[in-house]
Amino acid sequence: MANGENVSGPILAADGRPLRQSLARALRLQKLRALMLIAPLLIFILVTFAAPIADMLFRSVENAIVPETLPLTVAALEDWDDASGQPPGEKVFAALRQDLLAAVAAKAHTKLGSRLNYEQTGVASLLRKTGRRVKRMEEDGDLAAQFAKIHKSWADPETWATIKRFSNAYTSGYFLNAVDAKLGATGIEARPENERIYIFLFERTLILSVVITVACLLIGYPVAFLLATLPMRTSNMLMILVLLPFWTSLLVRTSAWKVLLQQQGVINDTLVFLGIVGDGARLAMINNQTGTIIAMTHILLPFMILPLYSVMRTIPPSYMRAAKSLGATDWTAFWRVYFPQSVPGIGAGAILVFILAIGYYITPELVGGTSGTFISNRIAYHISSSLNWGLAAALGVILLVVVLVLYWLYDRIIGIDNVKLG
Amino acid sequence: MAALPPYASTGQKLWYWGFRLICVLIFFFLIFPLLVIVPLSFNPLPYFTFTPGMLALEADAYSMVNYNDFFTNIDWQNALYNSVRIAPVATLLSVSLGTLAAIGLSQSHVPFRGAIMAVLISPMIVPLIISAAGMYFFYSRIGLQGTYVGVVLAHAALGIPFVIITVTATLVGFDRSLTRAAANLGANPVRTFFKVQAPLILPGVISGGLFAFITSFDEVVVVLFVGSAGQKTLPWQMFTGLREQISPTILAVATILVVISICLLTTVELLRRRSERLRGMSPQ
Repeated sequence: MANGENVSGPILAADGRPLRQSLARALRLQKLRALMLIAPLLIFILVTFAAPIADMLFRSVENAIVPETLPLTVAALEDWDDASGQPPGEKVFAALRQDLLAAVAAKAHTKLGSRLNYEQTGVASLLRKTGRRVKRMEEDGDLAAQFAKIHKSWADPETWATIKRFSNAYTSGYFLNAVDAKLGATGIEARPENERIYIFLFERTLILSVVITVACLLIGYPVAFLLATLPMRTSNMLMILVLLPFWTSLLVRTSAWKVLLQQQGVINDTLVFLGIVGDGARLAMINNQTGTIIAMTHILLPFMILPLYSVMRTIPPSYMRAAKSLGATDWTAFWRVYFPQSVPGIGAGAILVFILAIGYYITPELVGGTSGTFISNRIAYHISSSLNWGLAAALGVILLVVVLVLYWLYDRIIGIDNVKLG
Repeated sequence: MAALPPYASTGQKLWYWGFRLICVLIFFFLIFPLLVIVPLSFNPLPYFTFTPGMLALEADAYSMVNYNDFFTNIDWQNALYNSVRIAPVATLLSVSLGTLAAIGLSQSHVPFRGAIMAVLISPMIVPLIISAAGMYFFYSRIGLQGTYVGVVLAHAALGIPFVIITVTATLVGFDRSLTRAAANLGANPVRTFFKVQAPLILPGVISGGLFAFITSFDEVVVVLFVGSAGQKTLPWQMFTGLREQISPTILAVATILVVISICLLTTVELLRRRSERLRGMSPQ
């Protein structure tokens, strides 16, 4: 083409434009058409799915309630030095009275109380009590003394320090709480021993997920190997046994395990009947970690077998035969020749199972009792029972980051285009 | 694991049969929990184990009482009605939008293809509890929390990755010269789509739709948060039943759902084979 241009100028298309321009235009049109086809769905996903996730990110740091409910107090506290060890001056108390009067009229003081109570226990009742009495205060009297009379916490600099620390519109408080820390007087500090639960829960979630992934791999590998080496006809028949659980409702499988594992359930009855355990010593297999591990291994097993199978199908059987004809034993042929080629399948299956396990909610909730629950159960608890949405969001964001890192890894190793179903 | 050669040593024979035994046990582990609930669902007594009469196969130890309860109990019927009202609409939404986008994605020049694909697949990757939490927060801001529309939109979003994956997989083997031939013979793009492309990718679209349907039909976490009592679906009813007091009717429902999944699995398998056959025919 460069040659042609040198001889007789740019090559022209049929309509007289330079060919290069014409091609670029065609390409642009093609790109535009592809984007037009994708656009409706992309917008749909952005609105129904991406925006909620973004909202959650926002809520995990959002703290507008403090500056909005106590605008004058927050401004007045600017000049107060929280290291002084003294409660702030009369000006701040006057601002607090103004703010509280407005907050009580708008019924916002109890919400503020529950927000600050996450950071310092007792603030909720303090604000409720103060809210009831603030109207009866005398405007001209010694406000600091009047507030202290309502509740002695108002004379405590620690209360004011808490308000000052959380007076910004954004806070790291929820994230610190999610890793068992808090913003204390001297900066970030660990929570007292008896209030630490989240690091422990994250650890338990990770450990149980690893156990489930390993169990799935150990159980799934032989089956995938068998399916990949059997003739197509037989393996298609046996594949149904893998696909049927995959297609069956999660709740059906969970309820089946609940029925099987109960103290008066089928497995315990069989064991008692066979005389393996005594009637009085029935095994506790449900509402604990054992229940979670058994049920989730069963539920996630197809997600291990299917990627393993699709990789193993591509390994030519002649390699194993070649190894054996060169003198390898069955085990050497498998371990040195077959196994290394199946590693991509192990990677795909293990990451997939781990991603799914780490965020599981339903099964641990139903069969996990208290010792077999995951971090997701805690998130659900904070959304629907304790109503600490900020903490729920912060826990969710941490979990999301872990999953996204794994997802990125999966994409690098296997590629999302290669995800296969059924 | 080809057939055992006649010269195999005793150790090899032992391993061969031992390995098969292990595999049989694993298959048993996979399928037994599903099978065991079928006979148990006919137990008239509120126990979740086999009564002596059931083991002796006495006819009157089995009864349809749990099924009767499912078909007459207003709670279960409402739940069934809600499931049937939500899942097909959500499926329709994800299939129509998803198929269009999959066709767009499989064009040869798509800017930001990787990024777009990652966004579209993400509802499948993000843990359900996080999607549910985010949707709960966001939908309550815009007034969709606790509404039928909110649940349908949420379920459609969850079903989309499955449609994208199955349809793009069908389009990978699609022979572009067919559409060019149609255009050459004078068909406009719309006609080309419906007469040439659509019939060939239909198996992929249908199996993507079935995936989306089962996703919505089985979904409980998101509906638990985004829905309200008016959108109580079948899985939700099962979830509350299992958490509070486990009623034997759940086993009847579970059995019905197992039968439904057998039907769906059969359909998807048949479609997959048909699609492979069709693709085998088109010259590559």
